[in-house]
Amino acid sequence: MKVHLPNSAFLGNIDPFLRARDSSAPEFLEITANKKWISVHPVVLSMIAALGLNIKPENVRCEKFEARSKHYFVRMGLFKILGIPSDISITEHEPAGRFIPLTQIKTSEELSKFISEMIPLMHLEAEQAKTLGYIVSELVRNVLEHASAEHGALLCAQYYEKINTIRIGITDTGVGIKATINQSYPAKTDLEAIQLALMPGITGTTRREGGTEQNAGAGLFFIKSIASVNRDYFIIYSGTGFYKLLKKSSTKQMTLNADPFKDKHSEDNALPYWQGTVVGVDITLDQTEEFSLLLDVIRQTYRKTVRERTRARYKRPRFI
Amino acid sequence: MKLILIFARAGTFAENKDVARDIRMEDIMPALEKNEDIVLDFSEVEAATQSFIHALISEVLRKYGPRALDRLAFKSCNDTVKKIISIVVDYMQESMGIESDENQT
Repeated sequence: MKVHLPNSAFLGNIDPFLRARDSSAPEFLEITANKKWISVHPVVLSMIAALGLNIKPENVRCEKFEARSKHYFVRMGLFKILGIPSDISITEHEPAGRFIPLTQIKTSEELSKFISEMIPLMHLEAEQAKTLGYIVSELVRNVLEHASAEHGALLCAQYYEKINTIRIGITDTGVGIKATINQSYPAKTDLEAIQLALMPGITGTTRREGGTEQNAGAGLFFIKSIASVNRDYFIIYSGTGFYKLLKKSSTKQMTLNADPFKDKHSEDNALPYWQGTVVGVDITLDQTEEFSLLLDVIRQTYRKTVRERTRARYKRPRFI
Repeated sequence: MKLILIFARAGTFAENKDVARDIRMEDIMPALEKNEDIVLDFSEVEAATQSFIHALISEVLRKYGPRALDRLAFKSCNDTVKKIISIVVDYMQESMGIESDENQT
């Protein structure tokens, strides 16, 4: 496999990075990087870390980073998690308030501990901390419960002070969304499976409305809704399928779509195959006071969607 | 009456579904079997995920229907937690074909 860290890859312009990944020779990982400056979304780091965990450290080849921003990758723990040495020296900073380095989470207990330690570290206001904790909890629990991923979830996050935004990346190399959804729904493509997974009340664990006692099929819909209301980017990539919620223009009315394809978005069903699932989210913290209002809209949208789906299943009288 | 302190089991951020399942199976269900009233006390709980609340009460509603809500009360919930609980109660009743109070005019 070959991965190139480009000059820039954030959710708005991440598509070329995803398309450029060379997945031949899966027993090796070769990392190259832009020589002048590298500025990438945490989801890019979580993807590279996830790839590296499936490969022996001696089979990971990383070219010497020359970019002036090379220290960032040491601080985020990329070389450490890949188990490869780095000659880049840094002055260690307290991560508090700025970033969450690459972290591997494999159990429910590890997740609860991570969230309880992460929230105070990020020095966020109460409402903002709730939103961040909410997103991390729902996304990582999805991995732990559905992905059957040997290495669990790989995540990292970065706070960008100038734009008051947190960017989060969570990746796994498990079975992928299509395999999970196909346990209950006959999604033909990865993109179709992503569409179903983002709808409220759709879960791979059952076709029964209301879900099972442990799963409702609402987690990804909530996350997409938070990004949608905040007018932020949200991406999900699994198999060859890719969905990107695009930034929408500012309007006073808060509306949600149960069908993600009705949102302003881009999609692709022919990316290099990703074994597992990749999720990237941007959360503009200025907007998070709207979380409470968002819950009102989610309640209405969810109720309406379940009712319509339930009624669509009603048997009709036969008039002969 | 059985009082269940959510904070003592789940902390300030109630997100661990395994904990929610344990509360449901070890405390809520047995109490309902005995026709006891139950108070789920959310004092000091700052936030809860939909997944946690779903794991806590969805099976209760599925098994006992909306009459479970006559025995179950939610105490000291902040606005966000109240809304999350309402979302779960709503979609469970919708999924069982039961109209919510707000729709009955």
